[in-house]
Amino acid sequence: MRRLLSDTLVVTERNLIRLPRAPELLLAFTLQPIMFVLLFRYVFGGAIRVPGGSYAEYLIPGIIVQNIAFGGFVTALGLNEDMQKGIIDRFRSLPMSRAAVLAGRTSADIVTNGLSMTILIVTGLIIGFSFQTAVLHVLLGLVLALTFGYAFSWVFAFLGLLVKSPEAANSVGFLAVFPLTFISSAFVPGQSLPTPLRQFSDVNPFTIIVNELRWLWTGQPSPDQLWQAFAWVAFILLVFSPLAVRRYRRAAGR
Amino acid sequence: MGAVSATIGGPSSGGSETTVSPEAAISARGISKSFGDVRALRGVDLDVAQATVLGLLGPNGAGKTTLVRILTTLLTPDAGSASVAGIDVVSDQNRLRERIGLAGQYAAVDENLTGLENLTMVGRLYGFRRAAAKARGRELLEQFDLVEAAGRPVKTYSGGMRRRLDLAAALVAKPPVLFLDEPTTGLDPRSRLDLWDVIEKLVSEGTTVLLTTQYLDEADRLADRIAVIDHGSVIAEGTPDELKDRVGGERLEVHLEDASQAAAAAQALVGMSDELPAQSGALVRVGVRGRSGAIIEAVRRLDAAGIGVDDIALRRPTLDDVFLALTGHAAASEDQA
Repeated sequence: MRRLLSDTLVVTERNLIRLPRAPELLLAFTLQPIMFVLLFRYVFGGAIRVPGGSYAEYLIPGIIVQNIAFGGFVTALGLNEDMQKGIIDRFRSLPMSRAAVLAGRTSADIVTNGLSMTILIVTGLIIGFSFQTAVLHVLLGLVLALTFGYAFSWVFAFLGLLVKSPEAANSVGFLAVFPLTFISSAFVPGQSLPTPLRQFSDVNPFTIIVNELRWLWTGQPSPDQLWQAFAWVAFILLVFSPLAVRRYRRAAGR
Repeated sequence: MGAVSATIGGPSSGGSETTVSPEAAISARGISKSFGDVRALRGVDLDVAQATVLGLLGPNGAGKTTLVRILTTLLTPDAGSASVAGIDVVSDQNRLRERIGLAGQYAAVDENLTGLENLTMVGRLYGFRRAAAKARGRELLEQFDLVEAAGRPVKTYSGGMRRRLDLAAALVAKPPVLFLDEPTTGLDPRSRLDLWDVIEKLVSEGTTVLLTTQYLDEADRLADRIAVIDHGSVIAEGTPDELKDRVGGERLEVHLEDASQAAAAAQALVGMSDELPAQSGALVRVGVRGRSGAIIEAVRRLDAAGIGVDDIALRRPTLDDVFLALTGHAAASEDQA
């Protein structure tokens, strides 16, 4: 167990070292979220009617959830690259904890997700977002967002090990996550959607997570319950982490 | 591999190893492995004595890499057993991983990390503390002439530098047994020679090496013993000299003035050998029964047939001849000078 922790730390560190050296990745984590906030707030914002509060208050929790769900794509890219380049073989020939390779990868995502979430919140505060709840609720919201991001890292880990190339991982991830976030309450209220899409949006886990985050940070009433949000996080984690581990064993054992 | 006239009876590189070494650094018995319907290995037996090099030769897809992956715990065999450094490769994987080093053909180092960061990471994954891992990393960088590049990301390295770093990473824990899977594939001649020097030095210091390669000159230079593997089985095993002797004695090589006479030349030489002469362009090659008088007889026969000779020489068979005779096809098609 101590071995797992220390090895996970080493692998996490390895995955983070590359960040400042890969400008395109750093841009993805910093400037891109800012761009999205500004586009939504000032291009679509005027045309979208939201219940209570301003669009900036409505938007920030939604865009944070979308962004954090995407954060895991680095895990998909990284794992796929490591498989192709033989680094996984190097790891497997070392007397290290096997789980540390995946755990280190997904743990690094927590750090990068934390980074982009901070940038998003700061941008939000500048354009008119504000926390309107008790500190405890704000913190609980941060925990919800980060654990949701962590669970999604395992979805991407599975994906990255499944597909043949980093490019494929990227496009499959995009195709899966984009519709899920857009057909949810992340950017527009569900009531504005055509009926079939609204029905989908109502049961979409993204809607539930976003609604709860909105409630925790701005006090907007939510039709769902907080436990449902955490239940989804747990569900995603419990389904995809064993899948990823199994896939890792099989893919590496060739 | 020039066709220089042979020096016969050169020093045998095998030394005085007995056939069975109870203290073999690597020992495999009946190793089999299938992937779906493909039988990659069919009952491989292998022994490598301590502080020697075994060269594993074979065409692409013969099973070399599969065998290496089994012996380094990356794969589990379907049948058979093997031990490396006295440790079972299936039942005691974690202990074994502390005692082996693996350097592969894909230079498995992280491009985004510097040379030093790569070695430090590997050291820490072997269980060293950070400071100790770093110190060992510096030591290796010095040994492999990478000090100046220590602080640069690996993506700026040349192919030769990457291979050296890859090998250095395999040596972090000073393993007694080293597996090198095609360590010089794709390297320029200069870098190959450098890497060979490093490997020879390690062996002289007591490291046991299992080396897979497609380059027969590499095997000839480095290996104490050679195992030829084809279609998942070891089809020949011995010192390079033993294998060459097995193919037969001296080879006669005749370069003709006119390539169009090759068939006639082969015809003229047929009586000198038990085999059919091989032709390729203006070159006719044939194994001869005895050394003495072979050249004179060949010249006389060719002269009588009215065939002009540019050059004629006797030489020992090379590992290329061995490989061709054993597997029915040449070793590496590309890069063979």
